[in-house]
Amino acid sequence: MRNLSGTLATAAFAAVLMVSAGGCKKKVPVPTPPPPTAPATTPEPPPSAPLSLRINSFTGEPHSIERGQAATLRWSVGNSTDISIDQGLGAVAANGSRQVFPSQTTTYTLIAKGGGNQDTRSVTIEVSSSVPPPPPRTPGVAFSGSDLLSREAQDVYFGYDKNDINAEGRDTLTKDADVIKRILTADPTFTIVVEGHCDERGSEEYNLALGDRRALAVKEFLVQLGVPDERMKTISFGKERPVCTDQNEACFQKNRRGHLAPAQ
Amino acid sequence: MKIKLFFASLAALTTGAIFVRSQDQIVGNVHGTLQKPKMAVIDFRGAGDAQKLMATFNTTLWDELSNSGVLEMVGKSFYPLDVPQQPQDFRAPTMAAGARRGDSSRTQKNGPWLTDWSGPPTNANYLTFGYTAVQDGRLLLRGFLFNVGQPDVASAQLIGKLYFGPLDDAGAKKIAVEFAADILQQFGVKSLAGTKIFFVSDRTGNKEIWSMDYDGSNQQQMTSYKTISKEPVVSADGRMFAFTSLIKGSWQIMIHSADTKKKLPFYNPVSSTIETPEFTPDEKHVLYAASLNGWVNICIADVNGGGMNQLSHVKSQEVSPKVNPKTGRDILFISGRSGNEQLWHMNIDGSDAEMVTNGEGYVANPSWHPNGQMIAFAWTKGFEPGAYNIFVMDLASKKMTQLTSNNGKNENPWWAPDGVHLVYQSTHGRSPQIHTMLADGTHSQQLTTQGNNTQPVWANGIN
Repeated sequence: MRNLSGTLATAAFAAVLMVSAGGCKKKVPVPTPPPPTAPATTPEPPPSAPLSLRINSFTGEPHSIERGQAATLRWSVGNSTDISIDQGLGAVAANGSRQVFPSQTTTYTLIAKGGGNQDTRSVTIEVSSSVPPPPPRTPGVAFSGSDLLSREAQDVYFGYDKNDINAEGRDTLTKDADVIKRILTADPTFTIVVEGHCDERGSEEYNLALGDRRALAVKEFLVQLGVPDERMKTISFGKERPVCTDQNEACFQKNRRGHLAPAQ
Repeated sequence: MKIKLFFASLAALTTGAIFVRSQDQIVGNVHGTLQKPKMAVIDFRGAGDAQKLMATFNTTLWDELSNSGVLEMVGKSFYPLDVPQQPQDFRAPTMAAGARRGDSSRTQKNGPWLTDWSGPPTNANYLTFGYTAVQDGRLLLRGFLFNVGQPDVASAQLIGKLYFGPLDDAGAKKIAVEFAADILQQFGVKSLAGTKIFFVSDRTGNKEIWSMDYDGSNQQQMTSYKTISKEPVVSADGRMFAFTSLIKGSWQIMIHSADTKKKLPFYNPVSSTIETPEFTPDEKHVLYAASLNGWVNICIADVNGGGMNQLSHVKSQEVSPKVNPKTGRDILFISGRSGNEQLWHMNIDGSDAEMVTNGEGYVANPSWHPNGQMIAFAWTKGFEPGAYNIFVMDLASKKMTQLTSNNGKNENPWWAPDGVHLVYQSTHGRSPQIHTMLADGTHSQQLTTQGNNTQPVWANGIN
């Protein structure tokens, strides 16, 4: 039932188009008249081989549009008198063009018939819905120092019951210092909290003191690398905030760390 | 046998002062024999409405005496059938006609007598007996303690006292605890009734300070900072408690009233970490560990935080200062100044620092025995880092006993005011919970179950 009514609607729309096409001579050329009839005396030419039906071209420009914009279909067909385009465009002349306003990606198919032959050609117009606008620019800070810090600053790791920064830690902090300096330069209000953490094995009391020393060791090293002292605070979390709770050295090592965080 | 000897020497240290103060024959007897005195306790009966409370009373009295650890409780199946309820129930046996003096087989039994209890099969040294009744709507106890080794009733009686309480289960428990406390005092033991255990619990979702009675009852929340609060300690008079709390991005010392739970004024110096508070025995000063010159070291200040003075100046972590409760002049603390953190001892002015433990493993959580001679602490000696066990040590001789052995983490030992119990924290492989035990490692009892419960300290009740 749905198919039937759809077909009926398409037929009715095609009829309307045909009427309007007939009344719009400038845009749609009148079909070429048949060649003049030869003088009667002239012998009938031998029946020529039927000219082959051919779609010379069928294009749609531009290939992709935003919803609401127009695209232009152009075609050229040889040796056919029964030419139509689907998607409700209906019968058309052998050569022509038509503006279309598809609301979604649509494939148009040109069908040319004649002499028992048929040729088809399709073009597809890609339609994208309108692109959402960018977020409003934050006044003042054009970037998030917190995001940059959490994305780029690496934790520095310590040995068991140790508070000295090893060679690997110095490399890490050298890179971290560059990140921090970029952030502090871009945002003059930004301050860093250097956190000292421990694994779960020492006592709570001693670990709080050890974490305090680790945080301070990290801060002192960053100061040597030119990070301003007054832009950093330290805090120890002892073993209160582990990132890993398994009972093995790999996990313990992850927890024995200096971590850089934005001040609240 | 080893345990008994240890206990006897421990008791001797504990009760030395009491022995001097009191001429009580019991104390001499106890420590002369290296044996725990044998105690018989009758099942008390109640007159009238008091009888229905006697199950509670008898259980409480027995448990209080038994858990003291200083008595050997004689099983009730060995008791004579004819049980006294008051001194006049005793009837001295009379000599049978024609019997020679001293011939016990020829004596005439006239009722309950001291030798019924001192002789076989009971073989008790002491007898606790009495009865309860209702008087003016109150529960009344007549309680007696007899030394059944004495020749007559008058010299046998050590306690004969009246106790009163409400006529309900709580009242029955109250009078039993009070009576037990009086009995235990005769043996040089301070009753734990009225003492409190402060600890850290995260059962609300945040680490807060909590307190409970010595037996785990009456657990109540003491702080509501909704951050991290830990490391509680209580002043000797029981009126104040101090702890460490993460306030506005730094660790600070807080002092609260144990009575009203309200905050008391305390000035913290500027520091990223101030922790492990400790009161001096006179409650006039507070010690703590603070990060002042880049390292967490030991400091002392007035009880309001003023007049701060740094006691140690070393480039290592130093925490957990604990003041000798007897002298108030010397402290134990944990220091990493020689490498792995170890137990150290020094004068309260910072002089004469010396390492107490031998450098092995890692040491934590020192606690003083009330006598100022014994100590307890947690140590990983013999185990992996983190695998703490509880040790007690005589500080002068460094003679040491390990009380727990590798059954999860055993940490934060704290001597009870009676000097024979310890409270501590143990994981037993799961979440840490608070336990008590006798100082010989026996009679372990778990007091908490909800959440993680840590860092217990055993405090005197408010007096």
